[in-house]
Amino acid sequence: MLKVLIKKEILQFRRNSFLPKLVVVFPIMIMLVLPWVTTMDVRHVNVSVVDSDHSQISNRIIDKINASEYLTLHSVTSTFDLSMSELDKGNVDVILEIPQDYEKTMLTGHPKRLSISANSVNSNKGSIGAQYLAQTISHTLAEQRSMTSPEKRGDFFTIQNRYNPTLEYRNFMIPALLIILMIIITGFLPALNLVSEKEAGTIEQINVTPVSRFSFTLAKLIVYWAAGLVVITIALLVAWIVYGLSAVGSLAVIYAGAFLFIITISGFGIIASNISSTMQQAIFFMFFFVMVFMLMSGLLTPIESMPEWAQYITYALPPRYFVSIMRSVFLKGATFYDMRYNFLALTIFTIVMNIGAAITYKKRS
Amino acid sequence: MNDNKTTNISHIIQVKDLTKQFGSFTAVDHITFDVKRGEIFGFLGANGAGKTTAMRMLCGLSFPTSGSGTVAGFDIMRQGEKIKSHIGYMSQRFALYDDLTVMENMQLFGGIYRVGKKEIDRRATEMLQKLKFASERNTLVGSLPLGWKQKLAFAVATLHRPEIVFLDEPTGGVDPITRRQFWEMIYQASSENTTIFVTTHYMDEAEYCHRVSMMVDGQIKALGTPTELKQQYNASSMDEVFRTLARGAKRGD
Repeated sequence: MLKVLIKKEILQFRRNSFLPKLVVVFPIMIMLVLPWVTTMDVRHVNVSVVDSDHSQISNRIIDKINASEYLTLHSVTSTFDLSMSELDKGNVDVILEIPQDYEKTMLTGHPKRLSISANSVNSNKGSIGAQYLAQTISHTLAEQRSMTSPEKRGDFFTIQNRYNPTLEYRNFMIPALLIILMIIITGFLPALNLVSEKEAGTIEQINVTPVSRFSFTLAKLIVYWAAGLVVITIALLVAWIVYGLSAVGSLAVIYAGAFLFIITISGFGIIASNISSTMQQAIFFMFFFVMVFMLMSGLLTPIESMPEWAQYITYALPPRYFVSIMRSVFLKGATFYDMRYNFLALTIFTIVMNIGAAITYKKRS
Repeated sequence: MNDNKTTNISHIIQVKDLTKQFGSFTAVDHITFDVKRGEIFGFLGANGAGKTTAMRMLCGLSFPTSGSGTVAGFDIMRQGEKIKSHIGYMSQRFALYDDLTVMENMQLFGGIYRVGKKEIDRRATEMLQKLKFASERNTLVGSLPLGWKQKLAFAVATLHRPEIVFLDEPTGGVDPITRRQFWEMIYQASSENTTIFVTTHYMDEAEYCHRVSMMVDGQIKALGTPTELKQQYNASSMDEVFRTLARGAKRGD
């Protein structure tokens, strides 16, 4: 009986003028366009330097800023007010003030303080710009020191970004985009499919037959599970061919996680359609949760920086575990064993969601 | 499949005090009747009288609030899923898959009732020939005219040779010639010992039934052969019987 139902779903899927194209074009478009635009890399931070020192060291710092690929030297002025007025006009993002006698006091061992003022209207650009500037200066000072007194070398810390060495935001975004694709293709589509059967009345013709709700739903899901695996494969290929980004860890672990996640999220979609009687209700219901999934699962912003109460909520969100599997395996090369708790949690959600899907389907009212 | 059959075999439907309430509204109010095997049973009533609700309870689509009964020997309350293997159902609203072809719909529903592949093909071909649209076997159902869709829905509902077929206003919105063909199909099925349970608003169709019941405001007000009812209400046609009975109705239009 299941075979007949699967055949029906495949026929309907193929005959749909939109869905088969969506499954191929959607991941390609998203992977080609979004990694470029959803970047939080900050480049071309405009710096104005208030140089009241006019010393060798202040010149060195200015040269370094000029040479940096992230920083752009906008101007060197003599007073803070001059630089500030440029910042007010929006021409400058960060101001560096080098106080008078900076070099002299540095040599005595009790240097005056440099100050950095950032325009944080765009808080991301402001704060990251200020950080870059601070890093550039500390590099310069470290070099300076090692030249004058070699034995003091190593005084300064170094920051090394492990696993994403270039700190490319793209590398961080690609696993996230894969997950968003999964949610849309394997969460939304089955939900809409099932509700459309309700709206067309065809589900009643099925409910009056001996078909079990389990086989009817499973037949639908199998098609979308397959579609989900196609989507993730296409997306991984694009990431590899276009961005040269391939998984550091095992692909098998990624697919295992993806498969569990697909089953979970499609079960969730079925619940959404079971409790809705129209397309609008189902879309609205799904949309609410998809918003929460996207913004609270650590997809775009780290869970660790959320308030504590919010962090507890994230444990109830299945994407949280898949996000962590994806990122760790993809970027860090984590193994199945490393990720065992995430897999366990995801398995529990798979079971819970699908039991929920079975319970909420009513053949009889 | 004969497990837990509880009633005698001559009555295929037996219902006692069947009731369905939606909140404080009583859609079906203690109806009691039975249908004999092989009979064409007309289930009449004005719009909103509760016909569809009653039929949905008999088909296992809706839980009765109270009452008892059996369909094809299975208990309505507890064995809804078992009933479903023995019945065919054609809903008021066309409910086959528009994006599948005529044959694909037949294969789907035949397959669901576990009719063999070859057997489906044989029966479908035979039916389509009778209905004179063998040429449309590979047409998408969505593009068929309404009358054809209704005939196809009937063909699909009887493809698995059910013991009873429930038809909910099968001829609504259908032209007179197609209606005639429809009743020929119904008689054909009846002669093959399928019980027909049919609702309709056309009183000329009521005359074709072996027995009819008249439902008013959720209750069965009259039940008998068309001749009996006409005598009882001193009417010349079923139309008159209907109007006499429906006059007192509070629900519907």
